[in-house]
Amino acid sequence: MSAAKLLAWLRPSKRRERPTAREMQPDRVAEPRTGRLEVRDLKTHLFLKRGVLKAVDGVSFDLAARETLGLIGESGSGKTMTGLSLLGLPPKPAGRIVEGSVKLDGRELVGLPEDVLVDEVRGRQIAMISQDPMTSLNPVFTVGAQVAAPIRAHGLAQASAALGMAVDELDRVRVPSARERARDFPHQFSGGMRQRVVAAMAIACRPRLLIADEPTSALDVTIQVQFMDLIERLQDETDAALLFITHDLGVAASLCHRIAVMYAGRIVELADATELYAAPKHPYSQGLLASVPKLGRRGERLTAIPGNPPNPLDLPSGCAFHPCCPHATEQCRREAPPTVAVDGSGEVACWLHV
Amino acid sequence: MSGYIARRLLQGVVAIVGALLIVFVAQRLSGDPVALMLPMDATEEDFAAMRQALGLDRPLPAQFVVFIANAVQGDFGDSYQWQAPAMALLLERLPATLELALAGLVFALLLAVPLGVISAVHRGGVVDRVAKIFAMLGQAVPGFWIGLLLILFIAVELQWLPAFGRGGLANLVLPAIALGWYPVAAMTRTLRSSMLDILDSDYVRMERAIGLPERWIVWRFALRNAFVPLVTMIGVYFANMLGGAFVIEVVFAWPGVGRAVVDAVFARDFPVVQAGVVLAAVVFVVVNLIVDLSYGFIDPRIRHG
Repeated sequence: MSAAKLLAWLRPSKRRERPTAREMQPDRVAEPRTGRLEVRDLKTHLFLKRGVLKAVDGVSFDLAARETLGLIGESGSGKTMTGLSLLGLPPKPAGRIVEGSVKLDGRELVGLPEDVLVDEVRGRQIAMISQDPMTSLNPVFTVGAQVAAPIRAHGLAQASAALGMAVDELDRVRVPSARERARDFPHQFSGGMRQRVVAAMAIACRPRLLIADEPTSALDVTIQVQFMDLIERLQDETDAALLFITHDLGVAASLCHRIAVMYAGRIVELADATELYAAPKHPYSQGLLASVPKLGRRGERLTAIPGNPPNPLDLPSGCAFHPCCPHATEQCRREAPPTVAVDGSGEVACWLHV
Repeated sequence: MSGYIARRLLQGVVAIVGALLIVFVAQRLSGDPVALMLPMDATEEDFAAMRQALGLDRPLPAQFVVFIANAVQGDFGDSYQWQAPAMALLLERLPATLELALAGLVFALLLAVPLGVISAVHRGGVVDRVAKIFAMLGQAVPGFWIGLLLILFIAVELQWLPAFGRGGLANLVLPAIALGWYPVAAMTRTLRSSMLDILDSDYVRMERAIGLPERWIVWRFALRNAFVPLVTMIGVYFANMLGGAFVIEVVFAWPGVGRAVVDAVFARDFPVVQAGVVLAAVVFVVVNLIVDLSYGFIDPRIRHG
């Protein structure tokens, strides 16, 4: 192979237009809450030696442009796996999307071939901000090169122009003296600054959907607040929909328009954030909120959800929450509840509300 | 970084002085050289005169100082066989050894890098399994035997390549394969395991999530990380090839340093042997220094740390 060919092979040179400023910032009228993302009955299972782990087991939700949906739940409830599934990246080789549909701006993503996902979806239309800023950056490349990588990979610009755009992105996420800092390596940045670099990588190609997977859990509280402000501003500037995965109810409350509560691979309740916090409908949501300590209520014992989280390889029959549920009936043991609309905009999967 | 270099240089000097000390002591332990030099019927006065002429009548520390002073100037005495300065004889042959060791290293890397990377990417696949068998053979079969087989089949039976001597590129191929054979196995395994770790890391997950093509991720972003442990191995094996290539040099009649030292051992040509030992120590120190410096080049955390 000649040197020129080799170079072309390493750097795909499809040139595409970057979204114009107008496309990025359409008129600031509220859009109807449809459209951007439609997830229907998504099921991602992990085929392990010990059995089938139904990590995501029938998840459905919608997300509009500029809207923020919080995905909350305990560890292992399937939050991260839902995010990875939207990217078409369930963990290999065990994970597979077995059923369901993910539509972004009307385009079906489930079943797209890998090269189309790489070229057109990941980083371009959907991007993810990962959990741990300390390990999410490649230690032996400059941050400038890393932010420029998606810009080059998606053909928005070539080498030096891409680096210039990377500096702009670092500027956008408020990395001070971005031009100089672009030449530095990740270990020369603090945790909060690294998370900003990760955010710059994610938004570099103006994705339509941004997934943030517990982006603040590794940060100090003061840095958390700064970073959440930043995410809100970026979302505003880029018009992206935001799926915010967290187990921190406080963070979710301050950032999200709506909140989906996950339990054992399913969304058990989805409601406007204010509604959910004021009047949770599902017994699990009630338990979750009751277990959060509140300011000004010293000395009170926190309520805990009784029992243990279910074994993900051997979920209880019927509603997976019934062994821990104070209201469980014979029906809960036998049959999984359907998801039904309840007053307002919410929906809940519980026999109490059918 | 400069403090780091200075420290490594100092350590190198200590290592070389250590090698010199061993050479010096070994020389004194191997018996009285004067007895070898003088005829059987020499008198006690002849012995004394010879010792004085050679400076062997002075106390050992004084002798060591003189030895070091000479060694620093590259003076290890004249070869008994060739009546020429021992170190100069070896330095003359150093380019041949360097050429062979470099060729061996290039051969090893050309094989080990693709094998290691592909084994990691397609874990449990055909390449991975073939590489595993290859690694076992590589570790179990000595280089000189591979050399003999290569001579027998490629040079004698098929007559594709010359069997011995130094000359063009064609002469280099077989000895380079024989010399590079052994490290391929270890390098492949090291690269495979570090690539497996790296491909499972958070930053590779992030690189996948932002849609970088898999070939960039593997061959550019991950491989550079995997080179850090590999460079350590390259240093060790390259130094070994330079210092320990004598077996291959003998098999292929390669006019290198190693063969000259082996010849000198058989001829009891002590100055050449001593110069050879010290030269090997210097080469080892220099190669390790280069390796240490290249870490900083590959991994910025070491450069700044």
